[in-house]
Amino acid sequence: MGLSDLFARLRKDDDVTATSEADELIKPTRALTRFLAGLDTSQQPILLDLGPVVGSNVTFFGGEVGCKLLIEDLSKDIDQHVSQSKVADLPDFFEGRFPQESETISGILCWDIFDYLDRAAADQLARQLTRVLEPGGLLLAFFSTADPQSTIRPTYTRHVVVDRSHLEYRPYKAARAKQRPLLNRDIQRLFEPLKVTENFLLKTHQREVLFRKPVKTSGAPFESPLAVR
Amino acid sequence: MWKRDESVKPTNVQPASGGSDGRSSGTSGSAQSGGRQLTGGDVVNIGKSVVIKGELNGSEDLTIEGQVEGKIELKDHVLTIGANGKIEAQVFAKMLIVLGEVNGNIVASEKVEIRDGGSVDGDIVSPRVAIAEGAHFRGSVDMQRKSGQPPVAPRPAAQASPQTPPAAQVARPAIR
Repeated sequence: MGLSDLFARLRKDDDVTATSEADELIKPTRALTRFLAGLDTSQQPILLDLGPVVGSNVTFFGGEVGCKLLIEDLSKDIDQHVSQSKVADLPDFFEGRFPQESETISGILCWDIFDYLDRAAADQLARQLTRVLEPGGLLLAFFSTADPQSTIRPTYTRHVVVDRSHLEYRPYKAARAKQRPLLNRDIQRLFEPLKVTENFLLKTHQREVLFRKPVKTSGAPFESPLAVR
Repeated sequence: MWKRDESVKPTNVQPASGGSDGRSSGTSGSAQSGGRQLTGGDVVNIGKSVVIKGELNGSEDLTIEGQVEGKIELKDHVLTIGANGKIEAQVFAKMLIVLGEVNGNIVASEKVEIRDGGSVDGDIVSPRVAIAEGAHFRGSVDMQRKSGQPPVAPRPAAQASPQTPPAAQVARPAIR
């Protein structure tokens, strides 16, 4: 075997390794599929994305799905508060964080941001998100089900949409580790009066939850949640 | 392939500024920090020592390495905000490439690109938007605007853009 053949084979092996590593980061998602299916696209939906900006997601949600996308990266806010030792101020910060008017957002992508918050901050954030979400609007959030490991360097995750049923999980450095996981009933209470329409427990120690804000009717304060198709 | 085109020499041109607000926009006239220079391919460059307050209109491609506050209109051309560029303005262009900082709303008829290290705080309306990993963006993206629809109104106080004087009172450095 010539040297050129050997190098060619080595290069090929490197390519295969890189591809398989990238493949390992790609996981199926069921809640995102339902989230997209549940968006009312008859008019341009307005999406609020609480994760870091991802170029391909902007193209996907803005171009393919046809949404107007608002990006508010909360991980930067958390990091800023951690670096200034002001984590306790997060609830007050979240109270004024969202300038959007009430009930103007069609869908919210929280990703896993709640995993990084204390209960008080999570309460306030959930309250604000519930406020801006329009009746019938959807909220997608991921919650870890595993206890955080203190030995692992804290990371956030960039959730990159591969297609409607797959996400790539790209970790990046965080100033704060994940907090203790929320129980299922705590998650439901956190987002009241939103209703859980889908709840998927994944093998990756993650819970994908899809909420819908009930539609107000004249007789009752809220109508039962619509089925997500 | 790598041969430099030496047919186009930098020309001495007047600085593309000089405001009534008293803020000078000094230019040394050098190739690096010149206020305005023509380079190959009809691209105009605003150097990093230049500060412009007011409206900037043009009918050729433009690269800004300095500071602009107010409004930029290059509706049929490519606007590049260089790595040193700082823009506090509404921007209207055919295509916008951001390597520096933009604080203000953007309307581009073809494409907006925010490259690694680039930063945009504001709302983008454009049929194509490309944001590189490592870029900063905060605001909204609307890729659906129909032609003929009016551009988005500037963000209120949240954008923190400085008070822009009325058009009649500001210098209008025409780049033509």
